[in-house]
Amino acid sequence: MKDFTYHRANSLDEAVTLLVSTPNAKLLAGGTNLLDLMKLQIETPQHLIDINHIGLDKVETLASGGLAIGALVRNADLAAHPIVKRDYGVLTRALVSGASGQLRNRATTAGNLMQRTRCPYFYGATKACNKRVPGSGCDAVNGFSTNLAVLGASASCIATHSSDMAVALRALDATIVVIGPAGERRIALSDFHRLPGDTPHVETSLDSHEIIARVELPAPIGGRQVYRKVRERASYAFATVSVALIAHVDAERVAIDKLAFGGLAAKPWRVEAAEGRGFGLPGEIAEAAASVVLDGASPTDHNKYKLDLARQALHAALIDAQEQRL
Amino acid sequence: MTGADDQALEITRRQFHQAIGTGMAATWMTFAEISSPLAASMADKAVSVKFTVNGQRRELRIDPRTTLLDALREHLALTGTKKGCDHGQCGACTSIVDGRRINTCLSLAVMHEGNDIVTIEGLATAQGLHPMQAAFIEHDGFQCGYCTPGQILSAVCVLDELSAGFPSAVTADLNAAPEGSAAEVRERMSGNICRCAAYPNIIAAILDVKGSET
Repeated sequence: MKDFTYHRANSLDEAVTLLVSTPNAKLLAGGTNLLDLMKLQIETPQHLIDINHIGLDKVETLASGGLAIGALVRNADLAAHPIVKRDYGVLTRALVSGASGQLRNRATTAGNLMQRTRCPYFYGATKACNKRVPGSGCDAVNGFSTNLAVLGASASCIATHSSDMAVALRALDATIVVIGPAGERRIALSDFHRLPGDTPHVETSLDSHEIIARVELPAPIGGRQVYRKVRERASYAFATVSVALIAHVDAERVAIDKLAFGGLAAKPWRVEAAEGRGFGLPGEIAEAAASVVLDGASPTDHNKYKLDLARQALHAALIDAQEQRL
Repeated sequence: MTGADDQALEITRRQFHQAIGTGMAATWMTFAEISSPLAASMADKAVSVKFTVNGQRRELRIDPRTTLLDALREHLALTGTKKGCDHGQCGACTSIVDGRRINTCLSLAVMHEGNDIVTIEGLATAQGLHPMQAAFIEHDGFQCGYCTPGQILSAVCVLDELSAGFPSAVTADLNAAPEGSAAEVRERMSGNICRCAAYPNIIAAILDVKGSET
């Protein structure tokens, strides 16, 4: 790990001031991704600003009927929160399908959004990676791309975003509230993570002097809420494909209210046109919705299996919705 | 072998250790000399941290890069907490901080100002082993034992998390109290890898303690 200076912020204002006045600084929350990357010298900040003591660790209801989730609420606490379990079940299910019990006890809401890709070329110091060294090229595009993106990729980068939580937040129409020197700014989650284009190292629309303060959810929309994650082992692995689904059930038939996919792109992938198309049998609905969502996919020979897998994962998720214990 | 031969062999062994020791010291001095500008800058950047470990108040002045794992092992000589992968993938370094299990390898010691830390050395009491330790022995829940401190501390917290109603990826009904089933325990222990694959006995040990709680 490269040498750095440690700063402990005691308030949000102090954290913003430190961030503005300190060049090459990183915010340190749970540390579960950042410290790992610092050990590998993929991240080499000269200053760490520890924000674990600035509050922002509450889940509160909003006058709108929605929910405000503090940036530093730990993933385990968010998943176990009674309102989240009751009204935003897809979020609880996404959170508990990610990482391990130990990591969820430390990882935070904001840190989960800011985590970096697990593309093996990003981690491989001898490989070209435009995220790690901007302008150096991408060895993954023509490399071993089995678990890389099939949608929204570019010639510069085919990495995926690794978060499960963000996929559920995308289905729930979350908004990110950030604080900077100029005050507060609201960013729809749909606009928060960026597709790679020719600047894959710019991963979010967060300004370098801004801090995520909270995530806001609209009032609950009900429905049966499912998170189905497909991975190479039963637990404690990143998604190959994941589905965040909110559905309604009518006897043998199902209807999609909200649908987002993980594991397919550099951001949670949602196409609203696949939603609200009425009731049908799970197989038919999955086929129709997947063809809309996957339109324009550009898979590699290694990862074209993800297109079938996404369709089948959605089919299984729709059956999960039918069978869900209420 | 004669006595004289024994003595000769003993001298040889002592000389061997002396030679190695001198060699190591020489290596260390070389390293210290080479890195002295860094050492000087680190003296400026050193940080102080106070926390409680196994009921004892401890204060350290350390390089801020020191992980909680390295602070426990290298500065406080609590080597029960193991370094496996050092990247949060194996769970060998699991300890309990303010009642929660965490990977101590992915946390800086300086982040834990004022925290209450329990390592495997702090689990037993004057009255005897913690029930989870006793159950691991009873059920033969280990082979080489390297992952065992992390497994035991994780297991203690898994039962706390079940009691507190924390859901898992295999909890069918999020709004009911989670079951203490084998499937639940297996899922919740997935952050602790056992290369010897003592998993069936680990799960049996945890279920035994869970059963005796209720």
